[in-house]
Amino acid sequence: MRNKLWPHARPYSLWIIAGVACSAMEAVFELLIPLVMSDIVDIGIANGDQAFILRKGGLMIALAVASLCFGLGAAVTSSVAGMGFGANLRRAEYDHIQTFAFSNIEHFSTASLVTRLTNDVHNLQMSLMMSMRLMVRAPVMLVAALFFSIRISYRLSNIFLVALPLLAVVVSILLVKTGPLFRSLQEKTDALNLVVQENLAGIRVVKSFVRGDHEREKFAERNNDLKSTSLRAFGKVVINMPLMMLIVYGTIIAVMWFGGQMVYAGTLEAGKLITYFTYISQIMMSLMMVSMIFMMLTRTVACAKRVTEVLSETPAITDDEAETQGTGMPADGSIDFDHVYFKYNAENADWILEDVNLHIPSGSTVGILGGTGSGKTSLVSLIPRLYEANKGSVSVGGKPVTAYTMERLRDAVSVVLQKNTLFTGTIRENLLWGDPGASEDQLWAACRAACADEFLERMPQGLDTDLGQGGVNVSGGQKQRLCIARAILKRPKVLILDDSTSAVDTATDAKIRAAFAQELKDATKLIIAQRVTSVQEADLILVMDGGKIAAQGTHEELLRSCDIYREVYQSQQEGGSIDG
Amino acid sequence: MAKRGPGPGGPPPGGGFRKPKNIRGTLGKLMAYLGRYKPHLVLVAVLLVVSSACTVGGSYLIRPLINDYILPGDFPGLARMLAVMALVYVLGAVCSFGYSRIMVHISQTTVAKIRADLFGKMQDLPLKFFDTHTHGELMSRYTNDIETVSEALNNSFGSLISCALNFSGTIAMMLFLNPALSLVTFGTLAVMLLVVKNIGSRSRRYFAAQQKALGEVNGYIEEMIEGQKVIKVFNHEKEAKADFQRRNEAYRSAAARAQIFSGMMMPAMGNLNYINYAVTCCVGALLAIRNGDLGGLAAFLQYSRQVGQPITQMSQQVNTLLSAVAGAERIFEIMETPPETDEGKVRLVRAAEDAEGNLTRVHYDNNTWAWLKPDGTLVPLRGDVRFDHVVFGYDEGRTILHDISLFAKPGQKIAFVGSTGAGKTTITSLINRFYEIQGGTITYDGIDVKDIAKESLRRSLGAVLQDTHLFSGTVAENIRYGRLDATDEEVEAAARLAGADGFIRHLPQGYQTVLSGSGGSLSQGERQLLNIARAACANPPVLILDEATSSIDTRTEKLIEKGMDRLMAGRTVFVIAHRLSTVRNAKAIMVLEQGEVIERGDHDDLLAQKGRYYQLYTGLAELA
Repeated sequence: MRNKLWPHARPYSLWIIAGVACSAMEAVFELLIPLVMSDIVDIGIANGDQAFILRKGGLMIALAVASLCFGLGAAVTSSVAGMGFGANLRRAEYDHIQTFAFSNIEHFSTASLVTRLTNDVHNLQMSLMMSMRLMVRAPVMLVAALFFSIRISYRLSNIFLVALPLLAVVVSILLVKTGPLFRSLQEKTDALNLVVQENLAGIRVVKSFVRGDHEREKFAERNNDLKSTSLRAFGKVVINMPLMMLIVYGTIIAVMWFGGQMVYAGTLEAGKLITYFTYISQIMMSLMMVSMIFMMLTRTVACAKRVTEVLSETPAITDDEAETQGTGMPADGSIDFDHVYFKYNAENADWILEDVNLHIPSGSTVGILGGTGSGKTSLVSLIPRLYEANKGSVSVGGKPVTAYTMERLRDAVSVVLQKNTLFTGTIRENLLWGDPGASEDQLWAACRAACADEFLERMPQGLDTDLGQGGVNVSGGQKQRLCIARAILKRPKVLILDDSTSAVDTATDAKIRAAFAQELKDATKLIIAQRVTSVQEADLILVMDGGKIAAQGTHEELLRSCDIYREVYQSQQEGGSIDG
Repeated sequence: MAKRGPGPGGPPPGGGFRKPKNIRGTLGKLMAYLGRYKPHLVLVAVLLVVSSACTVGGSYLIRPLINDYILPGDFPGLARMLAVMALVYVLGAVCSFGYSRIMVHISQTTVAKIRADLFGKMQDLPLKFFDTHTHGELMSRYTNDIETVSEALNNSFGSLISCALNFSGTIAMMLFLNPALSLVTFGTLAVMLLVVKNIGSRSRRYFAAQQKALGEVNGYIEEMIEGQKVIKVFNHEKEAKADFQRRNEAYRSAAARAQIFSGMMMPAMGNLNYINYAVTCCVGALLAIRNGDLGGLAAFLQYSRQVGQPITQMSQQVNTLLSAVAGAERIFEIMETPPETDEGKVRLVRAAEDAEGNLTRVHYDNNTWAWLKPDGTLVPLRGDVRFDHVVFGYDEGRTILHDISLFAKPGQKIAFVGSTGAGKTTITSLINRFYEIQGGTITYDGIDVKDIAKESLRRSLGAVLQDTHLFSGTVAENIRYGRLDATDEEVEAAARLAGADGFIRHLPQGYQTVLSGSGGSLSQGERQLLNIARAACANPPVLILDEATSSIDTRTEKLIEKGMDRLMAGRTVFVIAHRLSTVRNAKAIMVLEQGEVIERGDHDDLLAQKGRYYQLYTGLAELA
């Protein structure tokens, strides 16, 4: 695990070393101060030597200033290293996600990837920073204070033989006891938040079924659960502090008793005894800090694991084969499926696509119809290699899709996804995704072909209209048309529309298809649709059913030969459909 | 994932230093929550004072210990004194445990109460509220804001008071021990306060910049990861990386600067305290040469080491407390939002009809319902809905529906067609009073809907809404959402009616399959079938179907047609549909255009009118 994370901190290794050194030096200088103080008491006061006192006082101030400088140094270095590490890690994780295939993204889920990139990395960078400040300081403090204490009085230091193990036991018992409680606290919090989230999303459902009380009960149950867990967890945590204080105080009293006798016997000076107190509180403070660090680290370990999982995910689809063969772009837009089998998850029992065989000549228009879950989207997803066929081969331009690099292949195959996204920015910026070098005329041509020109012309800022986050400033049908325009701008050899005009009215839909025939004469066009009217003029219509191609042919052929097709056609003939 | 409380080194992401607007008012409301813990709080106050007195007093004991017992060698006395000291410390520790434990109890029960109140309140808010607030915004009330309040009640509240007590106690003891020496300490303290103020305000500025940069990075991440599939399809990875790196870099430098400043606080305060210690030591030693009060010096030194700590701690706790007040303020803002108005007195009750057709109220389930008016008369529930010159807009000044009048007689099927934004969904939202109309009246069985208690009104209407929301839980639980006391047989019957039985039986655990993440594993069409089943289970006299079958392919739709017909039989139904085939057999079809009914009639009437409907219908026929 460390191996995955450390490379991103390595560029800052000098900063880390400097920071650790600063923290350590700060602690050492801090600890030297009480030692000087004991000289003031034992020599200065005892001899009434004012000059000595002033000299030693000056030394103490010098030590404090030195310690201050090191402390500030630690603050600077730990911040630079921590934040730098965070930035590197975030970048590495983000860049790695860019190599993910669709299946990798689905494996983690979008929400989880976002958390792993934001909260988890944030936690890790803070942990590195705080570790540099505290994790070094506490042990150095502990060791140095012990060392000085033993130097002051070897005999008196035997007290630590009792106090330290006692403290260690108390701290570890607490850690062991509270760890699982805090984990379950997190789970209960998540469970509670889920109810809130679902209620926010489904408030209309809750209200129309008058289920407010039902939801309140559901919430109350989890809320009480969370409450009792947090009572137990925090109830345990608050024992921590008083218990440690008791041990510290016990140690002080013991030192007073034994040290007091030694002072009277003359084997220990009074000033040394006072210094000794100081060290006791330092030792105990640093131990408390260690226990705090442990608490922090248990959370950090979980974050590190989650980030490492992302970093170690192997992209499901790579260019490995393509690079060895070094083929260029697909020669044309012909598509072949040869005994293709596909399922999303190897563990699933049923195939999503089963033994699909298909030849689509370049430049033809193909319509794909089929019921919910019949495998239409899966079929076209294999062409730009968004997913990989489990068995059989998919070819574009006469060569298997694996022979091209993904970049070349996807430049040639343009897909308008069912669930499509526009990004924050202007319409122009979004369209340029299709072709970064597109001229004004080309942009408008694409918009005309996608029938987006009519509403763009009505917008005061035209192409420079700001879309707002996630394209909230345009309607569903307008969004779909912009997505089509964006896809056309790629001038693809294969254009795939996955139910991309569902929110566009029939007349516009027909106009868009007519434009395709004009503008994209040479491209192979695959159109998935619900409406027969959207595909009936196609050169070839595929009827999908249960992961298989149930029938293929032209509109007339299918009307004669395919029952499903006829049924769908007739059901849609009875009444039309309008923009809704 | 829920964001936890302030992480190490600063406020939580998105938290920032948001200043509360009305500290006193908000604190007052918080105190009202704490009101029932008055006895607890008094006890906490007592324990706090005792524990501070013990901490401060314990250190003072060093003086007599050294001066009166150790130096003279009075060991029995030393033992007695140490026993006293032990008692003081134990008492202090017990008190400190006591008040922390009580505060945990108070804070966790209070926070649970606030959470429950907030959630309960949310159920009462009008839909308009949810339209104008994003989910993320409301979610953060539950996560960040409640978390900071909890944190503040749990820790900050107690520590702040304990710090203040310790600080003043220490100052008092120092003055008592040695007024002259105290002046040295006060000088240093003044410098420390200056440093806190200076670093604090700069650090606040840098933190604001850091939070802004963090917000930008996180926002970008969220948007890009959401659209990751589009990035892949357009080979846009390189640009996405470059854009990300720019924001990442901006955040890195802003964060480093902010952390440097906040990180400086600790060493600065700690070491200033050491300088104070050094000066005190010198001056104290010079004084001790004269008066020989070695124990006094030791005790004073102990105090001077302690005195700086509360300042640093307090400056941190004040920030936590301020952001908690800001959080509480946002929570109370929601709690004070006016709830849905519900002045209706007419209630829905079960009734039975005797031979003469007179209704009497009954308390058993017989599938007959009636409206109970406040004067005690019963009106049979029939499903007669009328709109009379209804005017409505979501926002003031922007009218969506202009003067809509329409009626649905019991058992009639009324359909709405029209393009997006014509106001179809709006009309159905008004029937169940999701929104308040600005003009005209809507009556239900002759009663103004405003006079019907909302709960009763909605209970009498079944809705299959456009957004097919499902809850985590089993398939059966989701269908049963329509009627909580439905038996398994009734649930399955409802599923069969909706044509959902087939696919449910193919799920791994059938009806007991757990749907997680709002049923994400189901296709949109399957979710719609479950929604229909849910409404069927509720068995309401009036049904609203808003694009209920839009994602179901036409073939499946054909298959469930019979079930739908049975579902609609005998009920008043409002249908909004995309496909004209679905609405063709409606009794009345309303063609809406920009918030006005431009045509009405049945299918044949409308075709005969040769208007918009005719164009839509035949225009398509031509295309086909």
